[in-house]
Amino acid sequence: MSTFVYDLIGLSAGICFVLALKGLSSPKSARRGNLIGALGATIATVVIFFYAKPESDGTPTSLPIDNLGWILGAMAVGTLIGVPAAKKVQMTQMPQLVALFNGVGGGAAALVAIVEYLSLGTDATTAVVIATVFTVVVGCVSFSGSIVTFMKLQELMTTRPVVFPGGRFVIAGTLVAVLAVSGWVVVALGTTPLLILAALSLLFGILFVLPVGGADVPIVISLLNAFTGLTVAASGYVLDSTMLIIAGTLVGASGTILTRMMAEAMGRSLFGTLFGAFTAKPQEASGAAEERPVRSGSPDDVAILLNYARRVVIVPGFGLAVAQAQHTVRELADLLIAKGIDVAYGIHPVAGRMPGHMNVLLAEANVPYEQLAEMDEVNPTFGQTDVAIVIGANDVVNPAAETTPGCPIYGMPILQVSNAANVIFLKRSMRPGFAGIENELLYDPKTMLLFGDAKASLTKVVSALKGL
Amino acid sequence: MEPIAIISIFVLAVFVGFEVVSKVSSTLHTPLMSGANAIHGVILVGAIIVASHSKTNLELGLSVAAIILATINMIGGFVVTDRMLEMFKGKKKEAK
Repeated sequence: MSTFVYDLIGLSAGICFVLALKGLSSPKSARRGNLIGALGATIATVVIFFYAKPESDGTPTSLPIDNLGWILGAMAVGTLIGVPAAKKVQMTQMPQLVALFNGVGGGAAALVAIVEYLSLGTDATTAVVIATVFTVVVGCVSFSGSIVTFMKLQELMTTRPVVFPGGRFVIAGTLVAVLAVSGWVVVALGTTPLLILAALSLLFGILFVLPVGGADVPIVISLLNAFTGLTVAASGYVLDSTMLIIAGTLVGASGTILTRMMAEAMGRSLFGTLFGAFTAKPQEASGAAEERPVRSGSPDDVAILLNYARRVVIVPGFGLAVAQAQHTVRELADLLIAKGIDVAYGIHPVAGRMPGHMNVLLAEANVPYEQLAEMDEVNPTFGQTDVAIVIGANDVVNPAAETTPGCPIYGMPILQVSNAANVIFLKRSMRPGFAGIENELLYDPKTMLLFGDAKASLTKVVSALKGL
Repeated sequence: MEPIAIISIFVLAVFVGFEVVSKVSSTLHTPLMSGANAIHGVILVGAIIVASHSKTNLELGLSVAAIILATINMIGGFVVTDRMLEMFKGKKKEAK
């Protein structure tokens, strides 16, 4: 296959990626878009086996390519790990899986650059070395940073911002060291400096993500996703592959925009999210919390309250996802509608662990699309709402976001359930939400709490409601 | 390749990337991120290229690791995105 034909096929893969992103931007074409992306990736992968790049002096290298057994074996191993993981993961754990996939992609890009650097030796031009350094640094940051976000989401470590004394100096120091060693690699061209650079970048990735609070983690995943895209583009330059440059740049650019849109949906400046922790002070421990009185009710109390309501707004959160209660909540809503009660779901853009998490979950339970109301639509209606029922959500309804300057979620738009006549919280415990902030609304006299697993609680409410 | 050609490709791809996702509802943020994530899994192609001309055991070992990671990223990414979007499809089925 000539280089021209090869590049042409690479271009068609690039077009597939553009169409994929375009398709993924609209609900109707999203699934097709994803399949087009997969098609592009398949084309790009298959064609590489039938093309051997000629040596720099023009002599064609022979097919089949070297180390074919190793390559196919490694692909088989990757498939055997990746596919079951993607198939078996529960909806609740999808965000951390995406984080993990992104991390390994960044790691792969860094490894590719290191290998190419080793094989080029002193032949590498300065431009290639700079691109290599960029790929190694950003790829390693993406890798270790994604692992930390994975651990945060999987709750293998605390979801609160990890801030230690002098932390910002350590982070700044590491960054300076990364830049200095980058310069060293460009000048000295050695394997050792490159490996030191990789190690420092891994460390920086960890330090970079540690101070990010739980609620901001999705934004960081998106940013690291864009980073990985750029490393792929840079490795495309190193390997002289137009297809990789196009694919990587597309992901880098669209990922950056997506990160900004997510940050806007949460009312955060991107800068504030990433560097807010530099100035954040550890929150004062609210030790008195448990002693304050709360009003907890029984499923029957909740059913009665709902039965006499005219308008009910259901606010789902991560707890709904954990309990897999999406079908039960729909049963409840259908029951209320049958009683002539006006029911809407108030969907916060970042309820759950990722933007759109709740939409996906409720779509699974076949909740009619018209019942889902976005934040801007539903907020003005809380004044006329008799009961707001908050299911496993906390931070997205926490009035502290509007009233307490300096708290980690201050400035984030919230669902103003406190304007409703009654608020019911279905919670597992008094534990604060993902962002780790106390919610004053829980102590409000018009709030009733129903403790327990969301699915079990909802089932009880549904049967109590049927008995009325 | 000519540096100016590479820079042109890069700059134009940046604009295309900005444009295609400029209007997307928050509902689709997660699947879009996941889909974009799968697309950068084509670094697999890069991993295969370096593996195919690896001369030393070190190079081969590292590139085999890169292939495994990239395959997980690419195939796993597309499969998980499809699963997410499948949920949206269920809605239509009932409407019929």
